[in-house]
Amino acid sequence: MSISFLIIAVLIVGSTAAAMGLRNPIHCVLTLSITFGGIAALFLQLGAEFVGLTQIMVYVGAVAILAVFAIMMTQSRRGLMLGTFSRNALVGLLTAVAVFSVLGWAVLSQPVAGVTAAVSPVSVQQIGSSLMHEYVLPLELIGLLLTAALIGAIVIAMERKEDTE
Amino acid sequence: MTGLQAYLLLSSLLFAIGLAGALTRRNAILVLIGIELMLNAANINFIAFWHYGPATTYITGVMFAIFSISVAAAEAAVGLAIIVAAYRHSHTIDLDSMNSLKG
Repeated sequence: MSISFLIIAVLIVGSTAAAMGLRNPIHCVLTLSITFGGIAALFLQLGAEFVGLTQIMVYVGAVAILAVFAIMMTQSRRGLMLGTFSRNALVGLLTAVAVFSVLGWAVLSQPVAGVTAAVSPVSVQQIGSSLMHEYVLPLELIGLLLTAALIGAIVIAMERKEDTE
Repeated sequence: MTGLQAYLLLSSLLFAIGLAGALTRRNAILVLIGIELMLNAANINFIAFWHYGPATTYITGVMFAIFSISVAAAEAAVGLAIIVAAYRHSHTIDLDSMNSLKG
C-alpha cells in the first residue's frame, strides 16, 4: 500500500460521499467526475492503462455530461430543492452500513494475499488482437447491445407528436 | 492488510456509499448515479484481482472490465432516457411522489 494509493483512496471516498450527499444535483455530478477520475488513476496505478483511459473517456466524457444534460432537462420550474433525502432514508443508510460491514468483514477475515508477481503491462495491440480472436463474439454482442441501447434511448426520450398536440 | 485487501476495502466502501445514495436520494438521476458508482466498484475489483492474480499475461480481467464499462454506458443512456420520459409524463423526478406505474 503506497502513498499514492492512500491519496487516491481519500480523494475517491471524499468525492463519492460529496456526490451522494450534496444538495444541488449539479454539484453532485461535478464531484462525481472527480470520483471517476480518481478511479481512472487507480486503474493506471494497477497497470491497466487502456481501461484507465477508457474510464476517463466513457465516464468523465460521456456519462457525467449525459447526467448534467438530464438534470438540466428535468429542472422543474418550482425548483429541484424539494428535499434531498427520501422519507425513509434511515433504513437505506442502515442497509448500506450493514452491507459495508459484511463486505469489510469478509475481506479482512480471508487471507487474500494475492500474488505479487512482476506486472507485465498490457499493450493496446494485445487487447486489440484478442478482441479480434478470442473475444470476437462478446465484442459483436456489445456492439449489438450498444446499438440497441442507442436506438432505445432515442425512442424512449423522443417527444411524440400526439403527446404534444 | 495486504495490497489486494486495501483495494477490496476501497471498492466495498465505494459500493456501500453508492448503495446508500441509491436508497436514500429523492432525485431519480442521483439514484442512477449511485448505481453507476456500484458498477465502478465492481470494475475496481476486476482490475485489482487481475493485478494481484497469478499471471498478468492473461488479459481476462482487463477484457472483463472493458465489457463491464460498455454495459454500464448502455445502462446509463437508457436509464437517463427513461427518467426524461417519466419527467415529461409526470413533471417531476422526485421519487417519493412518483408512486404509480400506470399513467
